[in-house]
Amino acid sequence: MPPQTVKMVVTGPFNSGKTAFIRAVSEISVVSTERKISSAAERIKETTTVAMDFGRITVDQDLVLFLFGTPGQKRFDFMWEILSEGMLGFVVIVDSTRPETFREARYIMETFRAYAATPFVVAANKQDQADAWSVEDLRIALRLDSDIRCVKCVATDREMVKTVLLELLDSILAEINQESPKP
Amino acid sequence: MALKGDLHDFSLTQLLNLVHLAHKTGTLTVHGTNDQASLSFSEGKLIYGQGGLTDGHLVSILRHTKHLTEEQARLLMTRPQANNDKELGLLLMHAGYLNQQTIVQAVQQYITDLVLRLFTWSEGSFQFFNGVLPPDDRITVHLDLENLILEGARRMKEWETLQEELPNLDLALKFTDRPDSRLRGINLTVEEWRVVSYVNPKNTIRQIRSHQSAERCRNPADCLRSDAGWGGGGGPPAGRHLTGRPPYHSDSEDSRAGLPHQSPDRTHPLSVRSLSAAADREDGGDRAV
Repeated sequence: MPPQTVKMVVTGPFNSGKTAFIRAVSEISVVSTERKISSAAERIKETTTVAMDFGRITVDQDLVLFLFGTPGQKRFDFMWEILSEGMLGFVVIVDSTRPETFREARYIMETFRAYAATPFVVAANKQDQADAWSVEDLRIALRLDSDIRCVKCVATDREMVKTVLLELLDSILAEINQESPKP
Repeated sequence: MALKGDLHDFSLTQLLNLVHLAHKTGTLTVHGTNDQASLSFSEGKLIYGQGGLTDGHLVSILRHTKHLTEEQARLLMTRPQANNDKELGLLLMHAGYLNQQTIVQAVQQYITDLVLRLFTWSEGSFQFFNGVLPPDDRITVHLDLENLILEGARRMKEWETLQEELPNLDLALKFTDRPDSRLRGINLTVEEWRVVSYVNPKNTIRQIRSHQSAERCRNPADCLRSDAGWGGGGGPPAGRHLTGRPPYHSDSEDSRAGLPHQSPDRTHPLSVRSLSAAADREDGGDRAV
């Protein structure tokens, strides 16, 4: 019997760490669509995702996660809806050190919630940096309801990324169990 | 964990809300373009504040709240207790000059004024220092942030309205020859009439503001709230209606006194309440930008 696949979308503002997040856990070489950044204002890194990133993780013989990373730049937001089709949950990556992106993170979160009423978690990324806002402060800044999970994260740390994905997987499985008819 | 950023991205309203909801204890410093301020909190309550232009000592606070004259403040500063607010407070109480309630109210008023002024700052950086509290000798209070946030938000809204009414302080004003017949029975306060007395095509709003600042009412917010508006449903007395126009360029007394004669770029109807509030706002706002 083929394993069940779960599609998860990894989204968030520009330079929040989406590609690094997927790369940290993917068991295959991440399929990336990165291009050099042309805009001077956004040249805080060399390249950016223009269409999507794709990674894959085998949880066990019955379950495989497909991770789809969205482009962070707004001019590629037409990809968001395409990538969100069929997703069972999503991760919003927030750069905890850049409060100027919190508003956009909230906008992205609301947009994806509107695409599909699936579970999601917020990953408070770059928690290893001195300027990072705490998860508690982020919750308030992003106006997260108490039932939304907000998890500490360092996108380059495989274990922390796994924790974020397991949180989301838990939420997804809980929802599936809730929806499935009881005998 | 750091809590720092830019007011442009995270406004003071949001910051105070965060401190309130997270019951934070520590000190928030805000660096504006030309000024800085610090606010201290305990369990989400505002307990102390210091504006950049004052040292935050009790003498400065009592001077700010007009409980002390300049002379009295200078005299007190020579006392050894001047550097310890609590000791100075006791000295003033024992001397029968002020009671405890008055001192606490003065500190509350100073901090409230400071916070409300900070709401006008739209540019600047901030940082919250967890657990850092004011020195032990300072007199602290417990102010509920909810009320301050509400009042600050209300003032911000008023300021936005004023900015729509007064886009350019370099406009000059004159009374129109043909006033709107609807404009009758207007009631103005003494302060508002004083503003009217400055209306002259030689004076820009900014100049009038400067004149008025010296004599303006002690609580300009009252002027703002009074029904003296000429821009909306009310109006000036018959025969008098304000319009904006360029000031005369001449060697008038004002010119010789060095007052600016900048050419306004448009004409604009104006309300006296706007002018009063602009004067108030400019006092705080100049330092904010």
